Amino acid sequence: MPTFGTSQLKLLEKLCNAIAVSGDEGEVRKIVLEEIKDHADDVRVDAIGNVLATRLGRGRKRTRVMLDAHMDEVGFLIVVDEGEGIYRFETVGGIDVRHLVGKQVYVGKDRTPGVIGGKPIHLMDASERTRKVPLDGLRIDLGLTGKAKVGDRAGFATKFRRVGPSIMSKSIDDRIGVATVIELLKHAPSNIDLCAAFTVQEEIGLRGAKVAAQFFDPDLAIAIDSTPANDLPDFDGGENVMYNTKLGFGPAIYLADGSTLHDPRLVRFLQTVGEAESIPHQLRQPGGGGTDSGAIQRSLAGIPTVSVSVPHRYTHSPISIARVEDWKNTINLLHTALKKITPQLIAKR
Amino acid sequence: MTDILPFLKSLISVSGVSGYETPVAKLIEEKWRPLVDEVSISRVGSLHGLKKGSAKSKRPSVMIATHMDAIGMMVSKVSDGFLHIAKVGGIDVRVLPGAMVTVHASSGEELPAVIAMPSANLLPESVGDGVTEIGYLLVDTGLTPREVERKVRVGDLVSFANEPLELAGDVISGHTIDNRASVAALTVCLEELQTKSHIWDIWAVATVQEETSYLGGYSSAFTIRPDIAIAVDGTFAKGPGVNGWQSHPMGKGVGLCMGPNMHPFLHKKLIELAERLEIPWFLDVTADHSGTDAYPMQVTAEGIPTALVEFPIRYMHTPVESVAVKDIQRAGRLLAEFIASLEVDFVDTIKWDD
Repeated sequence: MPTFGTSQLKLLEKLCNAIAVSGDEGEVRKIVLEEIKDHADDVRVDAIGNVLATRLGRGRKRTRVMLDAHMDEVGFLIVVDEGEGIYRFETVGGIDVRHLVGKQVYVGKDRTPGVIGGKPIHLMDASERTRKVPLDGLRIDLGLTGKAKVGDRAGFATKFRRVGPSIMSKSIDDRIGVATVIELLKHAPSNIDLCAAFTVQEEIGLRGAKVAAQFFDPDLAIAIDSTPANDLPDFDGGENVMYNTKLGFGPAIYLADGSTLHDPRLVRFLQTVGEAESIPHQLRQPGGGGTDSGAIQRSLAGIPTVSVSVPHRYTHSPISIARVEDWKNTINLLHTALKKITPQLIAKR
Repeated sequence: MTDILPFLKSLISVSGVSGYETPVAKLIEEKWRPLVDEVSISRVGSLHGLKKGSAKSKRPSVMIATHMDAIGMMVSKVSDGFLHIAKVGGIDVRVLPGAMVTVHASSGEELPAVIAMPSANLLPESVGDGVTEIGYLLVDTGLTPREVERKVRVGDLVSFANEPLELAGDVISGHTIDNRASVAALTVCLEELQTKSHIWDIWAVATVQEETSYLGGYSSAFTIRPDIAIAVDGTFAKGPGVNGWQSHPMGKGVGLCMGPNMHPFLHKKLIELAERLEIPWFLDVTADHSGTDAYPMQVTAEGIPTALVEFPIRYMHTPVESVAVKDIQRAGRLLAEFIASLEVDFVDTIKWDD
């Protein structure tokens, strides 16, 4: 079992503070390559930017297990230079524009600071305040002489911080998955060949995972991501029956989402491991959404796939919140499960 | 001229929501103490710095008002580990979802927190994907419900907490540029006056509760009874979505405001001085209420001749208000030169009609 402490949190902080908008994952790729270089038998960057690392086990009858986490995050793309530091932008990935007014961003490889402003409340009538500001009403302002290039990416300027039992950061989705796969790769058990896929472009259609799965051709796959915890109170005090997951209840095992019915053998296996070892875990409520599992499961001749997520609140917003204990239990559950994987697990349905 | 940016950055890194200005007041007091002769706190919390003039007998006095309070929020209910909030001052609720804030907890701790917009299934159907009113927003401290119940009470303040961001072209962005930038301008003025002689007494005042009731503007002017008063505040900068007659280019100079709220003679004198010193300036006009401390000061006691000096701010009342630092320096210099130019009999020369 990997020990869990400051070094893991430091790595997560570094990964979360990096900006890697879909299609421009270089900052995170660099950190991943540096972290894993001494822990894999083969490391390569493929044609679309995935980092694919293999660490071989020992002995015969090893299972080939793909662990997947996506490196990319939602963000912005500069599309028009309007002069004097003002830029029009598009969103990349699923961003609710209601989170954008009054936020700080970093633009381009040099992290040029910028802000997304809003019209002063003094200059509008009451009805204007009841309408949300559409994307084409927003601009990134880099200051009077600020310069960016059309095509530059931008991300939220939020800084990672630890608060009591929690972390507050942008991009917990899915840097917490990336950090988890790095940790599992560093402590891979010998009964498996561990195929670590740090993928690109998850947020715009699970595109990196598709080719990663085709390269690795694994016996089974686990997509490790971060899923929303909608565990806030209902406005009129009614029961919140659609919470998806809850903070503090451990890793969330997927049953069914918008693109995948997760392999029942693997779902049961993870539940059994969690129960046997008393590792807190929860089931993500079946529903929409999805992870890289959607692309992996239907690759090649079909790959038995499950998805495990660390819950977080306020997905795709400037600041998300997750619990350190949930992450620790995620690493614990997965590491324990990996050790117990045998070819029999998926030999028959 | 000293660089005012570091001080301004520290001013917009502390809280000071209207009615609870102590954190910023302490910072200003520390900065002003060596620049003035006496420092005092008014009965309602405004900071008064007196720099004495050189006149021998009865010295006339000018009061410069810069409000130090900030718009913010207050905890209205604690439930299930989340905080409900109410507005303090004029906030557009659309800037709130995803904003980083500090909860000033009754326990004495400053709790970092985020303003959460619950998902649609937890809100009335009418909200849908539209604007979420403040009554439905929640503040999340990342702590467990038990810890929250123990630390936070109704009435605790919530302030914006994003750090200052320096933008290209000498622009500084952050929360509460309105009106800490004016405090910075007044500080520039006091620094300039260290090496200038002035006949008049100068009352440098950081007022309270401008955003809610002009409490500081009314009460400090009443206590001090200055012969003339000048408010310093932000006006609207041109920028994305803002291009009307009320707005002015950022970084291009100081605004001198005219209208019923300002004394025409003082206004004229400020323009003449700006012209003579070649300090870039623009004319701002306001048809009635200026929305600044000039409004209360003008009608305090028997009435006080009042002027308003401004600089353009982008995105006013959002957490990313932005201002050109050179406009602040210019405003500070103009104030200092104006004060230094005041003759002992200036008040007697004030005329209504030419």
